[in-house]
Amino acid sequence: MLGLNSKDKTLFLIVLALTMFAPFLLNPFPEGSELAQFNAGYPDLMQRFVIFGIFAIGFNILFGLTGYLSFGHAAFLGVGSYAGVWMLKLLTMNVVPAIIVSVIFAGLFSAVVGYISLRRSGIYFSILTLAFAQMSFALAYSVLTPITNGETGLQLALNDPRILDFDAADGSLPATNFFGIEMRDGFELALGPWLFTFNFGYYLCAVVMLIAFYISIRIFRSPFGLMLRALKTNQQRMRFTGKNPKPHTLAAFIISGMYAGLAGGLMVAMDPLAGAERMQWTASGEVVLMTILGGAGTLIGPVLGAGVIKYFENIFSKINDNVLYNWFSFLPDGMQDAFVFMIHPFIGKGWHLTLGIMFMLVVIFLPGGVVEGGQRLKRLFRRRGGSDSAGGASSAKVHPAE
Amino acid sequence: MGILEVKGVNKRFGGLKALDEVNLNVEAGAVHAIIGPNGAGKSTFLNCLVGRLEPDTGTVDFDGSSLLNLEPHEINQLGVSRVFQTPEIFGDLDLLENVMIPTLARRDGPIKLDAWSRVDHLVEVRERAEEQLQDVGLFEKRDMTASSLSRGDKRRLELAMCLVQDPKLLLLDEPTAGMSRADTNNTIDLLKKIGERGITKIVIEHDMHVVFSLANKISVMAQGTVIAEGKPEDIKGDPRVQEAYLGGAHL
Repeated sequence: MLGLNSKDKTLFLIVLALTMFAPFLLNPFPEGSELAQFNAGYPDLMQRFVIFGIFAIGFNILFGLTGYLSFGHAAFLGVGSYAGVWMLKLLTMNVVPAIIVSVIFAGLFSAVVGYISLRRSGIYFSILTLAFAQMSFALAYSVLTPITNGETGLQLALNDPRILDFDAADGSLPATNFFGIEMRDGFELALGPWLFTFNFGYYLCAVVMLIAFYISIRIFRSPFGLMLRALKTNQQRMRFTGKNPKPHTLAAFIISGMYAGLAGGLMVAMDPLAGAERMQWTASGEVVLMTILGGAGTLIGPVLGAGVIKYFENIFSKINDNVLYNWFSFLPDGMQDAFVFMIHPFIGKGWHLTLGIMFMLVVIFLPGGVVEGGQRLKRLFRRRGGSDSAGGASSAKVHPAE
Repeated sequence: MGILEVKGVNKRFGGLKALDEVNLNVEAGAVHAIIGPNGAGKSTFLNCLVGRLEPDTGTVDFDGSSLLNLEPHEINQLGVSRVFQTPEIFGDLDLLENVMIPTLARRDGPIKLDAWSRVDHLVEVRERAEEQLQDVGLFEKRDMTASSLSRGDKRRLELAMCLVQDPKLLLLDEPTAGMSRADTNNTIDLLKKIGERGITKIVIEHDMHVVFSLANKISVMAQGTVIAEGKPEDIKGDPRVQEAYLGGAHL
């Protein structure tokens, strides 16, 4: 099926199930309960999970396979966002043209940036991409205001032409839609105390992510993917083997730029607003963190990394001192204060600290990211399970692209 | 008419004249050894052949076409493969992948980007690579990661990667450097075995044992130029060679 081997097929089906049932899986706690604040099953966050998943999958095609560490990928996401909003302003509120044009523009821009940056490798390549991204950010903020609307960010307006939409505006901004299905629409399902939200926008993003994930599996397993892994290991040998590494790295760069553009396009398809801060270096750094945290060079790692970081950003940042006092209310007063005082720096605005510590722990103890953690657990259980020597021997073999 | 003709090659590094009017004619099917003391310019010369360095003046013609101003991958595609002093392999990949990559490179040319077909469906390429691994005696280790091999096995792997391309000319830069006696002898046997395929070889070597058991022609370099050339027997007795290279000692 689909031209995948059995292992990849299993992986794909797991991801398929996870994304399709995400509204259930991310809302495990009943509404109104103490733990309901850990629920992540609301549309806005679920959309972000899959959109950043796409961004990280694309980034991983460049960084995971070729080892070229780009520090400017947010620029492509930003270009995709601006292109997408312009399509929503000029053509139609249907998100399809917006998404397609986002990908095309990001692809063109990444071809230019890649062509120049890939003349160098290692740290110089990273610096070049960073310089390009910061340049784009500064331009979007100032000189290019007619296109980007500067500090305010590019928004929809009532008097936008939208030449393909014929129904006259009724005085309010129209909603983005997919052939008539509005992205913000959905339905809710109440099961006892549980409440599950199914949002059309999320499902559109999820389907796009599945396609993006599928393409990434095919690239990983293709001769092109093999060549990318080869040039990561030894470019000298690759050259003396009769392969020109340059078109390979450039193609990988453009593909990952297009993935970033796709993510940017989906962002504006869900929320038609594009700001320059989307291109800032912190945004580029975030996708690097996601990929490394999840496991660079693995198929599923970047998606997991994106999920973990977005979860922390949205859930941990919401926990405040009041919530903490609530949790520790069973303790005597003094102890309660002490505990809240100790945990305070790690929550709310301090979630970056928690993330930073987690990132350090992962890089030091699990250089292969969350995926390596999973593999180690699996091995541990297999050994405990007693299917000893045969299982041990086969798992000792390292699968670089699992 | 040789398969490789080098005429009047000069190369300067700043004030140092690394190559001084080097002429070399390698006949098809020959095993041509280049020997000489350290700093004689052997490696510089080899680098000029494969596109790693560009000669200042002179011509390098291989099989009817000039190798000047060509990129390494273009030179390889013309049929020149090279074994390095320290084995250059794809350390993170397994042995089978290591040999499949040059096979694919020969089949698809330097820039074909095939992102849709599947590596595990390329039966012909895999069989060709497996055959080659069998030839060098590494078939049983085909699933191992290349960087975990011993030095001798890495050399074998690198040879397999070159041979799978059916090169017209194979360049060997000190193929036994840093090897134990046993590994050296194994490598000699392997090189003799592949010699039966009739691939033209240029060997740069320090180890006289290796040179005299492989080569059927020897060029001696000293101070950036070829000072003597001939059959192994003649070279052994040539007083100029003994003076320049061996410091007067007898072989």
